[in-house]
This record gives sequence, structure tokens and C-alpha cells, in this order.
Amino acid sequence: MSNLLEVDRISKSFRGLKAVQDVSFTVPEGTIVGLIGPNGAGKTTCFNMIAGVYRADAGEVRFAGSPLRNARPDQVCRAGIGRTFQLVKPFAGLTVMENVTVGALNACPTVRAAKDKAAAVIDQLGLGAKREQMAASLTLPERKRLEVARALATGPRLLLLDEVMAGLRPTETDRMVALFRELNAKLGLTILLIEHVMRAVMALSNRLVVLHHGRVIAAGRPEDITRDPAVLESYLGEEAL
Amino acid sequence: MRQALLEGVPRRGLHMLAGLLLALIALPLVAGDYIITVMILILYFAYVGQAWNIMMGFAGQLSLGHALYVGLGAYAAAALYVHFGISPWVGLWAAMAVSALAGAVIGFLAFRFGVAGVYFAILTIAFAEFARIGFDHWSWVGGSAGFFLPVANYARNDLLTLRGSPAMFYYVTLAMTAAALVLCHVLLRSRVGYHWQAIRESPDAAQALGIDIFRSKMIAVVLSAAMTSLGGVVFAFHYNNLFPEQIFHISRSIELILGPIVGGVGTLLGPIVGAFLLTALSESLQEVMRALGVDVPGIKQVFYGICLLVVVMFLPDGVWPPLSRRLGLGNGRAKEQAEEGGP
Amino acid sequence: MPAEIYLNVAISGLLTGLVYGLMALGLSVIFGVVRVVNFAHGEMMTIAMYLAVALFSAYKLDPLAMMVPIAAVLFALGYVMQRGLINPFINRPEHSQFMLLVAVALILVNGLLIVFGPDARAVQTAYAFSSFALGPLIVDANKVYAGLAAVAVAGLLFAFFRCTLVGKSIRACADNYMGALVVGLDVNRLYALTFGIGAACVGAAGCIMVLLVDVTPPLGPAYTLLAFVIVITGGLGSMPGALLGGVLIGATEAVGGLLFTPSAKSMFSFAILVLVLLFRPQGILGKRVAT
Repeated sequence: MSNLLEVDRISKSFRGLKAVQDVSFTVPEGTIVGLIGPNGAGKTTCFNMIAGVYRADAGEVRFAGSPLRNARPDQVCRAGIGRTFQLVKPFAGLTVMENVTVGALNACPTVRAAKDKAAAVIDQLGLGAKREQMAASLTLPERKRLEVARALATGPRLLLLDEVMAGLRPTETDRMVALFRELNAKLGLTILLIEHVMRAVMALSNRLVVLHHGRVIAAGRPEDITRDPAVLESYLGEEAL
Repeated sequence: MRQALLEGVPRRGLHMLAGLLLALIALPLVAGDYIITVMILILYFAYVGQAWNIMMGFAGQLSLGHALYVGLGAYAAAALYVHFGISPWVGLWAAMAVSALAGAVIGFLAFRFGVAGVYFAILTIAFAEFARIGFDHWSWVGGSAGFFLPVANYARNDLLTLRGSPAMFYYVTLAMTAAALVLCHVLLRSRVGYHWQAIRESPDAAQALGIDIFRSKMIAVVLSAAMTSLGGVVFAFHYNNLFPEQIFHISRSIELILGPIVGGVGTLLGPIVGAFLLTALSESLQEVMRALGVDVPGIKQVFYGICLLVVVMFLPDGVWPPLSRRLGLGNGRAKEQAEEGGP
Repeated sequence: MPAEIYLNVAISGLLTGLVYGLMALGLSVIFGVVRVVNFAHGEMMTIAMYLAVALFSAYKLDPLAMMVPIAAVLFALGYVMQRGLINPFINRPEHSQFMLLVAVALILVNGLLIVFGPDARAVQTAYAFSSFALGPLIVDANKVYAGLAAVAVAGLLFAFFRCTLVGKSIRACADNYMGALVVGLDVNRLYALTFGIGAACVGAAGCIMVLLVDVTPPLGPAYTLLAFVIVITGGLGSMPGALLGGVLIGATEAVGGLLFTPSAKSMFSFAILVLVLLFRPQGILGKRVAT
């Protein structure tokens, strides 16, 4: 199994604050990798570097073997990486259908085809009933699903999910987990997710990468990671051990 | 093709539009020259308002210097006609090219260098002012003294050189406005239309979905500029005189955005409704003033200012969306949903 | 042309530029704090100018002496505008606020046209024709007084923001809206106060400007534009920047008018504006706003 995504010693500083230092990890094709760590560890910064929002100060990101050299976010998407935002950004003035169609246009040659694909993805995410509703009128869990639907419609090989489960009830979380499992199993969709909801992380991930203060402190199978003292310390503090 | 064109448009709305169009076509047969001239003004503002709406309502870029494109179009076509005898039907291509180029320059400078929002608006004002002062000093097109087209006999209608009666200009502007409406309708349903609206709503999300923001914005600006310039061509050949102080002036820029704002920015029929409403009301106001024997220069502009104020404060989406709901035509948004129009 | 002429023209432009700077200062204060783009700025200045002219022709009162009352009137106007018209709009999208002020500007300009007519009005003070000579330099007296008055008012404004409690509260609002709310500042009132102060500034500038130019209604939009050019060039949110920008624009316009034709002098301001917007959007003295 080849590595779809290779993050190779990337670093990023913001005005002297080292947000990410020398981070490396790989995401093999067809797997689900969880990127976890306490708040402020640099997870979203890593995502933003992969997605082209930030330019890495050092290091390289390779997708399917080729480096994403200074790629803009739209170029990254066209290359096959879809992403969601931690603070969801729906197109508030457009309907659900229109929102997802925008995403589908990335993968389809005509508007007609994009609409068909969008309809299918909307049903997959369980938003079929709300198809003609304005995005602004959706509840937060629905907006999260819309966010995922939109990214999914772009036809990505790799999907970056940024804290998609935050704020969802356990039933909704389970639903999302089931959906991602299905997409991964049936379509071979590779997923890299940032998540704090451990229930989802443990249920989905084949591998975990743990960040703390901008560095990778552990990487491996979920069962091993949850017993790793360094990881426990980073989450619970020294005294807890 | 026909099915795609009409998909999602409520039946009722289509019938009303067809009825309106027939009435407008028949108008010169029953109305006098004064009404026709007022209608030409309305259609002109509806047209350039629609062109401006592409940039603002669809792509979200506030331009307060659109008079630049009107002026460039007007001068380009007029100069070719006066100096080289070239028909406006050929000259209009030069007009569009010049305006498109100006739009491309402004767009490129703005988007490459991240000039957005209010700063972008000020940039557009600066360019229009630049043109105003520049043309004031350009003697080949008359400078500040003005540029004049030879006025011919109005009895004969010469479509080729756009010399003729008000009725002729009326049909030309009517055709332009109708064509602009169809074009915008098609654009909104097209790939670029979706891209524009996505950028307008959330540029970050749009980028994350694979949309090349620079390219989409440039298309909007260039298209809007080229379209607007045609309004300038008609302006030049209808009024037969051009003064930089007037045609490039910031009041022209503000005038032409009043229609879309009052009618509804980003909607398909907003600019047309707004133009009708504003011009009809202001002409009536002026008639009333004339009947009372009161001559107050500037009252029309104060009236426009008050209309703008009222709309911005109380009807931020414009007049058309609530009106459209009253008429049972859906919520007046640019995209009519297929479900909504059905019985 | 001999160097003295350039020098004279430049100094003349510099002094005029100080008055421009004062006008722009008002805009900078308003935008820096309330974050509203006051598109009616020049129109407010024109109102002040007409008031000065009216008082002069009726009672022969020197505009400089009338600065305080006229500034007070403009303060009231600004306060009411902010409280009544703009405050409800604080959370609307940017272009909504912009259009609101465009509408106000439209009404003001044409209102002035209706009330005062299109003809130019002027103020002819006793010292209008005298001048000071300093070696090769000859400067008009009214320009010197204008420049001094502008600097004095600007100085007062700086002192207000540095030293008084209200001034500091206003700066706090500008720095951190949420923080200001949290510590219990009445932000709405402070915003209205700030707009009033910006308007008063413009009122004073108007009184001074009447010494230098004739008033016509179309001056309004022209000055609005000029104020923006100056503020953007000098740096949005920077008070010294506004003055610096004013002086720069005043001097270049004057010298440019000399080198080319006088009527083309505003082209230089626009050229500078475009360059600044492209290459240094925060202006000369502005701080780069973190996004």
C-alpha cells in the first residue's frame, strides 16, 4: 500500500511562535489516520499547510508522490484533496443543493452532471429533505453535514476533516462515523481527521499521530497510543500520571 | 437547450414577462416621443445596472467607477465614427475591447495585490477620475470642450449608423436589455455563475472547493466592463455629444448603481425593476414640480438620495424580492427553484 | 523656471496640505475607531464652509474666529448621524454601510445646491492679499494662518486622545471592541462621540479652507475623495499619517500643477493612491492590520 500523503518535516512559525516544528507523518492510501493532540498543538496549522492555506516555512508535503509546492488551496483541491473547516463556512445565501453543486463542479464537466452528483452526495449525508433550504437556515449538525457533503462532492482521493464531530450528539456522531467507514470501505476514500471526540477517533482510525506543542510525540496504532505515557501526559498533565 | 433555459423558472413569471415584453414592443405605437424618451432612459439604466450587477451582485465586487466603462465605450465608438466614418456596429467591438482592457487592468491590479472591499471601491473611483481628467486634456476627442457627432435628419432611420428617431433607439435599448436579462439568467446557471456566487458568499470555502478565485473575479470584471461599454455606445449615438466632466463623473457611477440597489442586488430582475421605479418616480416628481412652476435644480438627486437611504435602511435586499413574493413568483432570488414554480 | 518658484509653490502646497491633513484627520479618526467609511466627509466639510461664508457675509465674522461654533454644529451633526443612522448598521455588511453614507452624501450635496445655488461663494478677509516675505520665499498670509490654525487644531486633537479619559476610552474601543464592552464602556455613546469629533475636525478644517478657496457644492465629493486618498496614503488609523499624507498630497499637487497643467493636478493624487493601494496598502505610517 503506497503512501497517498507524505508530510515531510514541515515547520511553521507565526511571528516567532513556533506553531509546527519538524512534523512528519504519512497517510497510506485507503486508510483513516487520526491527528490528535491537545488544543494548540498545531493540528489545524498542519492541515492548513497541506491544504495550501499556509506556506510551510520548511519541509515538503507530497501527495501521490508529487510535491505540493506552494500550491494554492484551489490547486490542492483540484489535485484531489478535499477539506472541511473547523468553523464551518456554508454558502449562506445559497440552498443546500447549490452549495454541494459548487463542490461537485470540481469533479464534473457539466452543470447537469454536477447537480446529479450533488443530489447523490446530499442523500448520502442524509440531507435529502433539506435540499432546497437555504444553508443559513440549517442547524449546526446539519451545517457540519453540509460541509462534509460539499467537500465530498469534489471527488477527492484524500479527505481532510477538521473536528467534524465537535458539537454533535452521540447519535449524530455514530452516524457520521458509519458514513466515513462506508466511504472508506466502499470507495477507498483516504481520510485524515483532526478530532477531539475520542469515541469517533477510536472507532475510525487505523493509525494515530499525536501532536504536542507543534511536534509529533507519538504515532502508531490506536491501542498503543492510548497507553503511551507521553501521550497521556500531554493530555492530562504530569500530575495525573 | 430550451428545457435547460427555462428550467426552474416559474410558469407564472414567464407569462408575466412575455406579457410585459409584448406591451413594451407595442409601446411606440401608442405613446408620444416624450414617453419613449423616458423609456429609453429607463432601459439604459436597466441595462447598465444589469451589467454592474454582474460584478457586484454575482461576484461581490463593489465598483463605484463604472462610468469609466460607459465613457470609454462612448468615446471609442464615437471617435471611430467621427474620425473614420466607421459604423457603430463595428465600433462597438472596439468599445468593448477598450473597456474590457480597462476592466482587466483594474481587476488584475486589485486581485493580484489583494485590494478588496472598500479599498477596491476607492480604486475604481480613482480610475474613473483619472479618465475624466485625462479625457479633459485629450484634444483628439475634443477635450473638455466636448466631442460632437454630426446630427442627421431624424426623419430617416439609419440603423447602420444609429441615426434616427427615438423609436429606433427605443427598440435598440429594449433589445439590449432583453438580451442582458437572458445572458444573466444563463450565466447564473452556468459553472462560472456558481463560482461567482460561491466566491461572493465565502471566498475561503470557494477556494477549498477548487475554484480559482482570481480567474473567476477577472471574468466578472471584464464581462461587466464590456457589457457596460455597449451602454456607452448607445449613449454617444443617442445624445450626440460627450463631455468628460459629465460622462466620467462620479455622479454617473452612483446613478447607474441606484437601479440595482433599489431593485435588489444579485437578483435577476432587480436592476430592471429598480430602473423602472426610480426613473418613473423621478420623472413624475419633475412633472409635478414643473406643473407647480417650481424649478429646483438638484431635487432629482435629493430624491434619489432619499430613495437610496430608505432602501438601504429598510429594504436591504431591494424592492424586487418582497414584490416578487407578493406576485407569487418565488422569493425573487436569482435562482428560482424548480419546485416553487409548479402548481 | 527658477528654483524659488518651485520652492514657493511647494511651500504653498504644503500649507494647503496641512488643512487637507486636518480634514483627513477627521476621516482617519472616524474610520480608525468606528470602522465606518464616511463617504459624506467632504460634504460635511462643504457644509462648514458654507456656514463660514454665510456668517462672514452676514456679520463680517472671521472664519478662524468662527471655528469653535461651527465645529460645535458639525459635532452635533456627526453625533446625531452616528447615533441615529449608522449605529443600527454596525453589523451589516461593509457595502451596506458604505451605500448608506453615499445616500447621505447625495442628499447633502444636492441639499446645498438647492439652498445656496451653484455659484461660487467666497470669503474676503482683511489679510487676504497680504503676504510674508522670508528671503526668496513669498508666502500668502492667509495660507500661513491656515497652516498654523490646522496645526493648532490637530495638536488639540492629539492632546485630547492622549490625555483625557474620554480620549483614552475611545482609543480603547478602537483597539479592542469586545474588550471595551467587557470593561463597561458605553461603546455606542463613544462611537457617536467619535463621529462627532471627526465631524468637528472637518468643521474646523472647513472654516480654515474658506480662506483659501471658493465654495461650490461639487467641492463635497471632490474633498471626500481627497480625504480618502490622503488617509490611505498616510495610513488608515494613523493620526500623524493623515497630516503627513495631507502635506504630501498638497505639495505634490501644487508642484505637479506647476510642471504640467493645473487642471491635471489631481491626477497625481490618484496616481499616488493607486501606487499606495498596490504596494503599501497600510499607507506610509499605518500599521499592517492582522487578519
